[in-house]
Amino acid sequence: MSTAKATLSALRQRIATIEATAGTPGVASSRSRIEIDRDCVDAALGGGLARGALHEIHAATGADNIAASGFSLALAVAAAPAGKPVVWVRQDYAAREGGGLDGDGLAALGLDPAALILVRLRDPLAVLRAGGEAARCAALGAVLVEPWGEPKALDLTVQRRFQLAAEASGVTVLLLRPGARPMPGGAETRWQVAAGPAAPMAMNAPGHPTFDLTLLRHRHGPPGGPWRLEWNRDEKLFKPPALLRDPAAVPRLEPAAPPAERTAFRLAG
Amino acid sequence: MPAEAPLVIVEKAKGAIAIAAPDAAAIDLGLAPGLSLAEARARLSDLVVAEHDPAADDALVEAIADWCDRYTPLVARHGARGLMLDITGVAHLFKGEAALLDDLLTRLDGLGLTAFGAIAGAPATARALARSPRRIVVEPGCEASAVRPLPISALGLDPVRLQALARAGLKTVGDLIDRPRSPLAARFGADCVERLERLAGILEHPISPRRPVPAALAERIFFQPIAHEDDIAATLARLAADVASLLETRGEGGRSFEASFYRVDGDVRRITVATARPNRAPKAIARLFHEKLDALSVPLDAGFGFDLIRLGAFRTEPFVAAQASLDGHALDDEAVADLVDRLGARFGPERVLGFVPEDTHIPERRTRMVPVFTLGEEGKAQWGELPATGEPPLRPLSLFDPPEPVEALGEVPDGPPLSFRWRRVLHQVARAEGPERIAPEWWRDGGPDRDYFRVEDRKGARFWLYREGGYAADRPQPRWFLHGLFA
Repeated sequence: MSTAKATLSALRQRIATIEATAGTPGVASSRSRIEIDRDCVDAALGGGLARGALHEIHAATGADNIAASGFSLALAVAAAPAGKPVVWVRQDYAAREGGGLDGDGLAALGLDPAALILVRLRDPLAVLRAGGEAARCAALGAVLVEPWGEPKALDLTVQRRFQLAAEASGVTVLLLRPGARPMPGGAETRWQVAAGPAAPMAMNAPGHPTFDLTLLRHRHGPPGGPWRLEWNRDEKLFKPPALLRDPAAVPRLEPAAPPAERTAFRLAG
Repeated sequence: MPAEAPLVIVEKAKGAIAIAAPDAAAIDLGLAPGLSLAEARARLSDLVVAEHDPAADDALVEAIADWCDRYTPLVARHGARGLMLDITGVAHLFKGEAALLDDLLTRLDGLGLTAFGAIAGAPATARALARSPRRIVVEPGCEASAVRPLPISALGLDPVRLQALARAGLKTVGDLIDRPRSPLAARFGADCVERLERLAGILEHPISPRRPVPAALAERIFFQPIAHEDDIAATLARLAADVASLLETRGEGGRSFEASFYRVDGDVRRITVATARPNRAPKAIARLFHEKLDALSVPLDAGFGFDLIRLGAFRTEPFVAAQASLDGHALDDEAVADLVDRLGARFGPERVLGFVPEDTHIPERRTRMVPVFTLGEEGKAQWGELPATGEPPLRPLSLFDPPEPVEALGEVPDGPPLSFRWRRVLHQVARAEGPERIAPEWWRDGGPDRDYFRVEDRKGARFWLYREGGYAADRPQPRWFLHGLFA
């Protein structure tokens, strides 16, 4: 990024801070913005992802739905203040297609499963309705709404309603769109997510959740990306992958370890 | 010839079609239950025959029992066609016991039903006396004298013992009551004496109501039946306020509320809402009913209107008033509980779920989804320790149940796959970690061991695969499954 661009975004960030605080300086900047990576993505967003707004998340391909879910969940973790529950409204078809949520898997991404309320519904209309209901509840940390495909009911009006509800309650609403093409809508930002090759761990083991992100639309700025970011559960922050390595360049796979040695501490049951 | 052709209800008994229930005209013509249809037809040519439908009979009695709730919440079924109402303390609302009985039987008559009834201080007494059309009301303490003239069949004993009693010259209940009990018990069984004492009102025998009794109940009776949606909503709001104040005096909150709508034509519709925590806020309760009524798959049909609407709090629990702490956490919890209630009322409690950890290593059993309503303390259960700082997720975000079979190619027998085909797409494995062996729980179902691998393909998608059973010379090719997806 050029220096001029960086200065510009820094200025934007300051303006946003001043706009958001309006009387209580210093506090609201962290309240109205969710830090993504404290770097170029935050800069492109003008200081972070807007809290209390609607964000739409698309998967690049059908195979990336799980990456989109993971990214949304990471955003929800970053958005939810400690102790506030997260509601995930999910259409049944999503679970049939991509599997049911696993508690340990949620915990491994940084969300305490006990703080998640899952609402499983059959049709998209019910999903949108329940999502709208949840978006109005200010006691929540974040709301994930996941209808499948492109339901007719999810029109501009409904998106606008989500945005207004989010603004009124201050709850960040993440609209997951598995099986849908990106279309103009009422969201504050629109993202496209693909699974990114992770920086490998020792012994060529798969690494942390890594996402290839594109900011397709941003209501208060230009689109941005692509970025490749790794989710850091411990700091609740995205980071650039530790070491970028082209997976195609990796030589043929060797077994991760002599099995006997590894099973010694992984033996379960 | 009677004006109407006699009707008989028939059922199949012991391979022949026999009369189950003749109507009054048929009885007059000498037909009796148990007579075979062929013989009845031989006697009477113009017989109207209908098939016996026990389920429909049962449903009718259930419906009548529902309807009887308007008199008392304590209604019990008795036998196939009997209903027992505990009217302790409610008779004065209907201007006395006799008036209540008259009202009940007249209304049933108006619905086209033939019903007999009696009121007595003991259920068995009332039951025995209800066989007569005379609408008997037994004064308290007079049970024994009231049952005296009844035949011994009123005891409800089996035919063998009834015959034995008859042979002994004991024809009426009065013959038995005056006799010493112990010889009776010795000769005809202890339950004979017990039944006798119940009949005479000496022995207490509580009825078991068919429906739970509400802890708090409010109702509105309308002289002009109401049918309009707004009127119903307003009524529910007022009833909710009544129930809430009843609950307040008890220091309790309700976990489940039921509204019953009594339609003019005798139909009763019940609608239940549940709450995640004890609740007694009238507005919240009314709102839950609004949500529920709005989302009913079979809408509330007012027909010609409801003449009675009743709201009861069933399961109640001690209510701890929310105190606004300085950080506002308690109020937040309230707001979340309210949201859960509303979602539960609209979409069904089984669709609003929380995650509960199970103490097991089997991945598909580890997470149990439990409706938030029934969650209680286990909802706060700890999920074990997280993976160590800096360690990537070792468990996938989503799990397939059941795991999906894949075709996998491995390089070395115990190693991870080189490539695998899942849902018709070939994935080239770039990185892998494993195996992590998870043994089945032998005390539960056994099955082969599983060797799990965390795998990343060349495009960057991460999977959780397992191989069923280890390699061995005598074993066939191992099977591979895809169990979950990592973000």
